Amino acid sequence: MLELKSLTFSAETDGQSVDIIRNLNLEIQDHQFVVITGPNGGGKSTLAKLIAGIESVTSGQILYNGEDITEKSITDRAKMGIGFAFQQPVRFKGLTVLDLLRIAAGKKLTVSEACQYLSEVGLCAKDYISREINASLSGGELKRIEIATVLARDVELAVFDEPEAGIDLWSFNNLIRIFEKLRNSDKKRTVIVISHQERILNIADRIVVIADGQVMKQGTKDEILPEIIGTTYAQNMCRGAE
Amino acid sequence: MNQMDAVQQRLLQEVADLHDIPEGAYNLRANGVSVGRQTTAHIDIQSKADGSGIDIRVKAGTKNESVHIPVVLSESGLKETVYNDFYIEEDCDVLIVAGCGIHNCGEQDSQHDGVHRFFIGKNAKIRYVEKHYGSGEGEGQRILNPVTEVYMEENATAEMEMVQIKGVDSTQRTTLAKLDAGAKLVVRERLMTHNQQQALSIYKVELNGDGSSADVVSRSVARDQSYQKFDACILGNAACSGHTECDSIIMDQGRILAVPSLEANSVDAALVHEAAIGKIAGEQLIKLMTLGLTEAEAEEQIINGFLK
Repeated sequence: MLELKSLTFSAETDGQSVDIIRNLNLEIQDHQFVVITGPNGGGKSTLAKLIAGIESVTSGQILYNGEDITEKSITDRAKMGIGFAFQQPVRFKGLTVLDLLRIAAGKKLTVSEACQYLSEVGLCAKDYISREINASLSGGELKRIEIATVLARDVELAVFDEPEAGIDLWSFNNLIRIFEKLRNSDKKRTVIVISHQERILNIADRIVVIADGQVMKQGTKDEILPEIIGTTYAQNMCRGAE
Repeated sequence: MNQMDAVQQRLLQEVADLHDIPEGAYNLRANGVSVGRQTTAHIDIQSKADGSGIDIRVKAGTKNESVHIPVVLSESGLKETVYNDFYIEEDCDVLIVAGCGIHNCGEQDSQHDGVHRFFIGKNAKIRYVEKHYGSGEGEGQRILNPVTEVYMEENATAEMEMVQIKGVDSTQRTTLAKLDAGAKLVVRERLMTHNQQQALSIYKVELNGDGSSADVVSRSVARDQSYQKFDACILGNAACSGHTECDSIIMDQGRILAVPSLEANSVDAALVHEAAIGKIAGEQLIKLMTLGLTEAEAEEQIINGFLK
């Protein structure tokens, strides 16, 4: 279980300290598929980064399986089984897809093992395995490789920061399929997705709405989705916000 | 090989990936003298009359053969300049592995300046690999100043891989190339400098014939207080295409000067240069840390990939 207790994160903007996350409390139960949504600038991505340790909390506590991880580094949290997929996947000159999957898996994956992770995210493995993770890959391809690295890590808790950002509609449909598979897989994982997208919200066990750095509302999909559908935080990729 | 000690054999392994006597033609030079040589039916190696180096002659039509000419220095204070000339006749396709390893435990500087000239005949193709490596704890400097001259006839192809990753204190690499019609030169340089090391890399490529092309790409990492200068000039004197690129990672107090330049003397010359210098992006480190690496491990992976 992941517990966020009285979490506050402040950042300096124009010489003034602004609270991006304000005294936020949230519990994420094991093996649930949780989608966090809310208006832009509400603190969703910051929250994802606080969970992964990429940003450090100003005050409050993060407990993971009962252990206080507030002061733990990114590396320590990764080793404890927390995975993080970036909103803008990072490019590397020289590192290949296979290199990155091997680093993710923490062992010398065979090529066929690595190919399996790529197949899971809908990439034809033989076309990609030795490609460099550089500007020659499209946004959608990078996004899928990013997700494959999280799968290869075999994490217990996977955090996806706006996976739909920067990809086209065709890639988006594939992405939904990947998340549906992830949702229904036998492997018991806790998944947190930061997203505005109705179709991602639609596969959630629970939905959390964050605004002004606080939890505005939370509940099961059936409780929350009808209330927010059609707002800017439950958008339809095909129609845009209505 | 039998006359080489353990240090020399280790150097040989670093610069030429050789664990044993290579197949095909070779000339092994250790501490200023030849310690082994083999020629083949198609590849001849002769010492120059004045003893200043060797001539390597590859007969027309020779395919899929290799020549290894590594040099190792393990004696402190040894300084030498060696002139090696490669005559590659028409229609050949050969691999040439050169390189120099210096182990200096002493107080005096050790220096090897290798001057390699390539005369590549029509339609001939070479792949040239040159690795530099230095080791030893001595105060004496390990110095390498290679000069490479490449003269390419019509439709000749040369792919050159130049690698210097570790232990060379001072190096000035000069590469000059002249290309006739349809000739193609590809250079891939990989360089990493540490401590107070200095590395200068100078290229001057003349594209003299229609349809000739050059692609000169350097990837380098400057760490600690080291200094690098990359100075690549491509001259387009015909309907040709040229590209040069310097891509560098800078760390610690390292310094890099990149001076790519182009000179077009024909309206049909298409020339491009690119240069980028920057530190490792923070997000790259963070990404690899979210995959369980420490910051130092992440840095190592990024550099290894970059220089691969």
